Amino acid sequence: MDANESAFFLAINLVLSGDYQLYGIVALSLKVSLLATLIATCLGLPLAALLAIARFPGRDMISTVLNALLGLPPVVVGLFVYLALSRAGPLGELGLLFTPTAMVIAQTILITPIVAAVALRSLEDFNSEYTEQLRAIGLTGFERAQTLLWEARFSLATAVLAGFGRAVAEVGAVMIVGGNIANVTRVMTTAIALETSKGDLALALALGIILIMLALAVNMFAAAAREIGRKAAGEAPARGEA
Amino acid sequence: MVTRIKAFSLGLVALLALSLSHSLPGQADDRFITVASTTSTQNSGLFEFMLPVFTKETGIEVRVVAVGTGQAIKLARNGDADVLFVHHKPSEEAFVADGFGIERFDVMYNDFVVVGPSEDPAGIKGSDGIAAALKKIADSKTPFASRGDDSGTDKREKSLWKLANIEAGGEWYRETGSGMGATLNTAHGMGAYALTDRATWLAYKNKDGFEIVFEGDKNLFNQYGIIAVSPEKFSHIKIDDAQAFVDWVISKEGQAVIADYKLNGTQLFFPNAPAQGS
Repeated sequence: MDANESAFFLAINLVLSGDYQLYGIVALSLKVSLLATLIATCLGLPLAALLAIARFPGRDMISTVLNALLGLPPVVVGLFVYLALSRAGPLGELGLLFTPTAMVIAQTILITPIVAAVALRSLEDFNSEYTEQLRAIGLTGFERAQTLLWEARFSLATAVLAGFGRAVAEVGAVMIVGGNIANVTRVMTTAIALETSKGDLALALALGIILIMLALAVNMFAAAAREIGRKAAGEAPARGEA
Repeated sequence: MVTRIKAFSLGLVALLALSLSHSLPGQADDRFITVASTTSTQNSGLFEFMLPVFTKETGIEVRVVAVGTGQAIKLARNGDADVLFVHHKPSEEAFVADGFGIERFDVMYNDFVVVGPSEDPAGIKGSDGIAAALKKIADSKTPFASRGDDSGTDKREKSLWKLANIEAGGEWYRETGSGMGATLNTAHGMGAYALTDRATWLAYKNKDGFEIVFEGDKNLFNQYGIIAVSPEKFSHIKIDDAQAFVDWVISKEGQAVIADYKLNGTQLFFPNAPAQGS
C-alpha cells in the first residue's frame, strides 16, 4: 500500500517544513497532556500513598474502583465533561467548552486513576518491605506516606509516564470537549482523525509517526532524568521497573 | 528526607500553579464566535478558504466545530454555538420554530451522489431516478454503507429509502455510525455503495477504484442553511458578531467568495442566498 511508504517521507517533510501548522498542533498536544499529567500526578500520588499506608473500611473498595477506572472509555469521560461544561450544564457559566482548559480537565479525569493505580502497585511493594522498619522508628502515617513516595520516586516515574502516554494518545474525549477547532483546540490525535476522515491516509499516518516520535522523545527524556537522579542519589536500580 | 519531599511537592505545586495561570489561552480578550457546522463544509476546505476573508474584514475570529448536522443542532440547542450552518432544512426550520434560532437563510447548495466500486456490482449506473437505483442495490443485496449517525446526509439517505419504498435493513445494509469520511473509508474497504455530498467526495483522497455511480436526481438536491442562535434562550450568545457573520455569508460578497471556492478547478458549492436589499 503506498500510503505506508509515502507516509514516512511525508512525516519527515512535515517536520522539516513545519507545514500544516504542525508546530502549533504539537505544542498544544504537549501543553494539554503535560498539564493534565502534572495535575493527575498531584492528585494521584498522594491518593496512592494514602491507599498504600492506611487501613480503613472501604479501602479495598476504592482500590478496586481505581483499577476498574483504568478501563474508562475516553468518549465517556468526554461526554461527561461536555455535559458539565455545556452552556446548558451546571458549569456552563464558565464558558470553558471548546477550550484547551476543557481538554485538560477531560484528560486529567481520564489519567488520574491510571497514575494512582500504577503508583499504588509500586508503593504497596515498598510498603510491605519497609512498613515494620518505618513503624519501629516511630513515624506517623503521614510521615510514612511521605517516606514511601520519596523512596519509590524512580518507580513512580513509570506511573506518571503511563498517565502521560494515555493522555497524549487519547482522541475521543478531546474531540468532544475541544471540538477540534483549527488553531484553537486541534491536537495531534484530532488532526489524525480529521485527515483520516478526509481519506488522506498518508498524511494521517505521517502525523501518527510524528506523534509516536514525540511520545518516544518524552519517555527518553524522562528515562535520562531518572538515570541522572538515580546516580545522584547513589542508588542501585530500584525494583518494579519496566 | 522529609524536607526534601516537602521541597519537591512544593516545587510540583508551584509548577502546576505557574502553568495553570500561564499556559492556556484565555477566552476573555479574543473576539470570536463559535459556529456549529457539518463535516462537509470543513472537509471540503470551504471554511479554510472563506473564513479568513471574513475575519480580515471584521476582526471576528470564527471557530468551527464540525460535526454531523444532528449533533451540530444539539450543540446549538445547548447554547454551545453562536451560529448554526448545516444542511437539513426540516430540522433547521424546527430549530427556529422552537425559538432557538432567529431566522434561517438559504446559503448555498450542491448535491448528493451515490458512490461505489467502478465495476458497479448492482448495475445502478444510468438508473431512472434515485429510487430505481436504490431498489437495484436492495434487490441484489449489494453492501450499502450508511452513516447511521443522524447527520444531514443520514437523514437524507433515510428519506430516499422511504421514497423508494424500501425497508433498508439486513446483512447488506451496514450502518457505520460515523462521519462521512469514515463511512467512505468503510465503504471503500468493503466494496459498498454509499451516499455522500459531492463536496466531500471531491475533496476525499482515498478513491482508488471508486467513483460516482449515480447522480442527477432532483431528490439529491442538497441545500445548506445558516441561522444565528437566539440570545433569548442563552444570554451569552454573541448575537452582534453572530449576526455580522450571517449577514456577511448571505451578502453579495460572501456569496461571491463561496462561488470562488474551487477544488482542482471544480466549484463545490453554489451560492443561492435570497438577494439582500442593498
